Amino acid sequence: MKKAIVFNKVKKNFGKLEALKGIDLTIDEGEFFALLGPNGAGKSTLINILAGLMKPTSGSVKVMGHDVIVDYQNARRSLGVVPQELVFDPFFNVREMLRFQAGYFGKGRENDDWIDEVIEGLDLQDKANTNMRMLSGGMKRRALIAQALVHKPPVIVLDEPTAGVDVELRKKLWQFIKKLNQKGHTIVLTTHYLEEAETLCSRVAMMDQGKVVALDKTRNLLKRFSAKNLNLRLDLKGKKIPASIQRLMQTTDQNFVTFLLKDITAVELIISELKKSKIAILDMELKNSDLENVFLKLTGSKK
Amino acid sequence: MNLKDEFLGTWTLLKKELLRFWRVVFQTVAAPVITAVLYLLIFSHVLANHVKVYDNVNYTAFLIPGLIMMSLLQNAFANSSSSLIQSKVMGNIVFILLTPITYLQFFLAFLIASIVRGVFVGTCIYLFALLFVDLPMLHPWIIFGFAIIGGALLGTFGIIAGIWAHRFDQMAAFQNFVIMPLSFLSGVFYSIHSLPPFWQKLSQLNPFFYMIDGFRYGFFGQSDVAPLLSLSIVTAFFIVLASITLGMLKSGYKLRG
Repeated sequence: MKKAIVFNKVKKNFGKLEALKGIDLTIDEGEFFALLGPNGAGKSTLINILAGLMKPTSGSVKVMGHDVIVDYQNARRSLGVVPQELVFDPFFNVREMLRFQAGYFGKGRENDDWIDEVIEGLDLQDKANTNMRMLSGGMKRRALIAQALVHKPPVIVLDEPTAGVDVELRKKLWQFIKKLNQKGHTIVLTTHYLEEAETLCSRVAMMDQGKVVALDKTRNLLKRFSAKNLNLRLDLKGKKIPASIQRLMQTTDQNFVTFLLKDITAVELIISELKKSKIAILDMELKNSDLENVFLKLTGSKK
Repeated sequence: MNLKDEFLGTWTLLKKELLRFWRVVFQTVAAPVITAVLYLLIFSHVLANHVKVYDNVNYTAFLIPGLIMMSLLQNAFANSSSSLIQSKVMGNIVFILLTPITYLQFFLAFLIASIVRGVFVGTCIYLFALLFVDLPMLHPWIIFGFAIIGGALLGTFGIIAGIWAHRFDQMAAFQNFVIMPLSFLSGVFYSIHSLPPFWQKLSQLNPFFYMIDGFRYGFFGQSDVAPLLSLSIVTAFFIVLASITLGMLKSGYKLRG
C-alpha cells in the first residue's frame, strides 16, 4: 500500500521545550486516521509541520512521497488542511474565497463544477454569496472545510473540525468526510471527541508530551485495553467501601462510585462485599470500555 | 507546478489584493484623495507668496507633483502593510501559507497590488488638481518611471513592516514615526534649495526626497538633483529592500514558525 504521510524522527523544540520528541509515524493511502492526545501533546505542532506552517528542528515529513520542505509545492498540492481556529477573510463571500483558494493551487474556472459540488456537499448553497463575516460559527466551519477541499487533495487533515459544532452539523460533516474517504481520500483527524475517533477511524495514534504513546487499529486498542466500567449509586450513609474491593475503584464522587473490571466475575464480588457491609445499591450501570478509557490509561490524564 | 499554474496562482493573489482595497474604496482611495486636495487648497493659499520655488513655476503647480507622489508612496506602503498585518492578526494568512505559492509569487502579488493602489490614488489626485491649475507634463515617461519605482519601494517597505509587526500599534508606529516624517520632510511643500545648508544635507539622506524631486522633474523639467541620479538612488534602495524582503519570505521569518 502507498504511504500517504510519513513522519520520520520529527523533533520540534521551542527554546528549551521539546514539543515533539522524535515522531515516527506512517499513514497509508485511503486510511481514516485519528490523532488523539490531551492539550499540549504536540498534535497541532505535528500538523503545522506537515502543512508547512512550521519547520521541524530535525527529521523529515513526506506527503504522497513529497518532502514538505524540499518539494513543498507538490506536498502542499497533495494536502488539504482544515485549521483548528475559525479563521476567515472578512472582505469576501464564500464562493469568492473558494475560487481564490483554488486559484492559489493553479485551478481556474474549470474547477467551478467541483466548487459547486463541495458547496452542495457541505450544505452551503444558501450562503455561497454571503460575506464570510456574516456566517454563524457552524457555517464558517463548513466554509473552512470547503476551502481545504477546493483543489481536490488526496490527503485531508482536519484539526479539531467539530469543536463547538452542534450535533446535527457534526453528523452532516462526518457523512461528507466519510464519502470522501470512500472515494479514496486519506483522512487524518485530530479530535477531543473520542467517540468520533472510535466510530470513524480505522487506526488511532495517541500522543502525550510530544511522543506517540499508542498506535494501533482502533479495535485492537480497545481489545488490548478491554475492561468494563461498573457505575454504582450507593446509599453509603457515612460507611466506607470495603477494603477488599477498593483496589477495583476507579473514581468516586460522594455516592457515585465507578469500578474498573478486567473480569466480569468481579461484579459478583463487588455486590456481595457491599451487601456484607450493608451498603445498599440505588442504581447500577455496566459500560463497555471505550477509547476514553484507553486514552486515560495511556496518558494518565483527563481528556 | 507548471508555469501556467504559477501564473494563475500569482494572478489570483494579486486579484485578491486588488479587490481587498477596492471593496473599501472610500477608505483606501477617496480618503487620501480628499486629504491631498485639502493640502493643496490650504497650503497653496497660505504659502503661495511666501515660498520661493522654481522660476516660471507657480507654487500651486509646484505643490501638485509632490502631493501626488507623497500620497502614492503612503498608499503603496499602506496597501501591503495593512493587508499583511490584518491577515496575520485575523489568522487568514494561513490560507496563503498552506498553498504552493512561492515566496517570489507572494512578493510579486503584494508588490504589484501596492503599485496599482499608489498609482490609482496618484492619478485621481492629478485629475482633481487639473481643476485648480494647468499642469505641464514635459517628460511623461519619467513621471511614469518614478511612480512605478516609488510605489515598488514603498510597497516593499510595507511588506517588511507587515511581516515584522504582529500588532496594529506596531504598524501605527511605523506609519507615524517613519513614513510620515520621511514624506513631510522630503520637499513636498518646498524646494530644498530654500533650506539652510544643514537641512539641505539632511534632506539628501531621505530617499523620499529623490522620488519626489525626480517625479517633479517629469512635470517641469526642473529639479534640485539630476533625475538620473535620483532614479539610481531610488532603484538602489529598492534593490536593497527587495533583497531583504525576499530573504524574509524565503526563510519564513515571522510567518512560518
